[in-house]
Amino acid sequence: MKLLVCISKVPDTTSKINFVDNNTKFDESGVQYIVNPYDEWYALVRALELVEKHGGTVTTITVGTNADDPTIRKALAIGANDAVRIDANPNDPFFVAKQIANYASKENFDIVLTGKETINYNGSQVGGMVAELLDLPYVSLATKLNVDGETATLERDVQGGIEVVEVNTPFVLSAAKGMAEQRIPNMRGIMAARTKPLKVIPADSQEDLSSVVKFELPEAKSGCKYIDPENMNELVDLLHNEAKVI
Amino acid sequence: MSVLVFIEYKNKVSKAALEAVSYGSKIGKVSVVTYGNIDSSELEILGKYGAEKVLVHKGISSSNDQQITKLVAAAADQENSNVIVLAQDQTGKSIGPRIAAKLSAGHISGAIALPDTSNGFVVKTNVYSGKAFAHISVNTPIKVISLLANSLPPEMNEKTAQIVDFDADLGDARITVKEMKTQGEGIPLPEAELVVSAGRGLKGPENWGIVEELAESLGATTACSRPVADIGWRPHHEHVGQTGIAIRPNLYIAAGISGAIQHLAGVNGSKVIVVINTDSEAPFFKAADYGIVGDAFEVLPKLTEALNNFKASQN
Repeated sequence: MKLLVCISKVPDTTSKINFVDNNTKFDESGVQYIVNPYDEWYALVRALELVEKHGGTVTTITVGTNADDPTIRKALAIGANDAVRIDANPNDPFFVAKQIANYASKENFDIVLTGKETINYNGSQVGGMVAELLDLPYVSLATKLNVDGETATLERDVQGGIEVVEVNTPFVLSAAKGMAEQRIPNMRGIMAARTKPLKVIPADSQEDLSSVVKFELPEAKSGCKYIDPENMNELVDLLHNEAKVI
Repeated sequence: MSVLVFIEYKNKVSKAALEAVSYGSKIGKVSVVTYGNIDSSELEILGKYGAEKVLVHKGISSSNDQQITKLVAAAADQENSNVIVLAQDQTGKSIGPRIAAKLSAGHISGAIALPDTSNGFVVKTNVYSGKAFAHISVNTPIKVISLLANSLPPEMNEKTAQIVDFDADLGDARITVKEMKTQGEGIPLPEAELVVSAGRGLKGPENWGIVEELAESLGATTACSRPVADIGWRPHHEHVGQTGIAIRPNLYIAAGISGAIQHLAGVNGSKVIVVINTDSEAPFFKAADYGIVGDAFEVLPKLTEALNNFKASQN
């Protein structure tokens, strides 16, 4: 099996979110970057489990600059065989998808795996775009994946429940919680990751189709109003007359 | 502008569908495209929210990403649509980006406001798991907007929808649905306006009766924190938070949940948050509008009783 896992770096889940340059850029000061949890815990780990069972290779792909290399090495430490980085700033999901699709179209992967979304942009866009550009089926929000020969069986989140679906390789999926358990890289993995191949290739020309004009932080809560636990009539009154939500 | 709204009809026209149609009608003239063997009378309600035309493809019955993409692209071509709107739900996440890629259209994912066209075409979206907003600009001839549930309430805009059969070659379904495991009754969490949620503070699954009674009294949907879903006290589809579902109801009541940052990421879009916790230092109080430092086992039944009295006084 030949698997491609899309990896991106995101600020750690506990990062303080602030913006600089007139609210046009994320404030990176003091921010620790991690592999996007959906890419790592679910897509990458499940890909490794499948290859351990059926044989094959797991390649990671990232559209990013050399600032992404530490998180790419982390993915290699967890167990990916090799990594590809398309050297460009990932500002637009279509741009990113196009780079990944261009690379994947030359390599005959059985499955292209992405996380269901990144925790910074929450766009859930790249996987579907890659699938469309490659004219492949896209199983979004997959929570289980098993492969038997050329047929894969998956469970996915849909409206009102879970769908069990079957699809032939090649295909693209986005991975959600349930797919696998997080793996902590061991010392051997970390040492091995230093010498695993990380191929950097230039980006193909593609215009961005969207751009961020500015960011904005939500208005701070005006503070919590405390209510006596014995006086729930007061809470009901506030929810009705002040908050107007009931 | 000519707007095409994709909706999914599953036994009824959902609130998410009405939100998308109402949103579209504030941008331009709305045509709707959907699929399935649906009785026309069921779709007339779309006219009340601004749809002037509804295209129904009766050749497919289940959602397949590639077929739906072809369906929307064919309808957009016929209607000369400039803007395509759909709900950012599970189906929307699957097909929104596909449609955008097929039409070389800029895609705005997770929109929470109408486009600002004073200088280009800019839409406000939710980013950083609800901890910030981004204003996204798109300059392509066609724009695709995926709308987050509960962002703009559907508003009436009385039109008469002409409901017509629509035929297009959709190719084969390359994903086969083997089974559908239905979960839960009632209003799905992402669409719910009122949500009652509980966590480890409830001490065991046998104690959820007081949570359900409050939810029933309010007409709310129940939710839970991650640990509670992970240990199997509650089903996974109730888990709200960073790795579960992100919701933005009008009212979120959290009992016995400390409010870890990962939980907040799933609920901080809520308009009003009520936190009930025995620990006055629980971080959730910082994100709350109303706080009750008290034992959920005592507070929840009292709140249910107060609500029942309130409802009785309203009648």
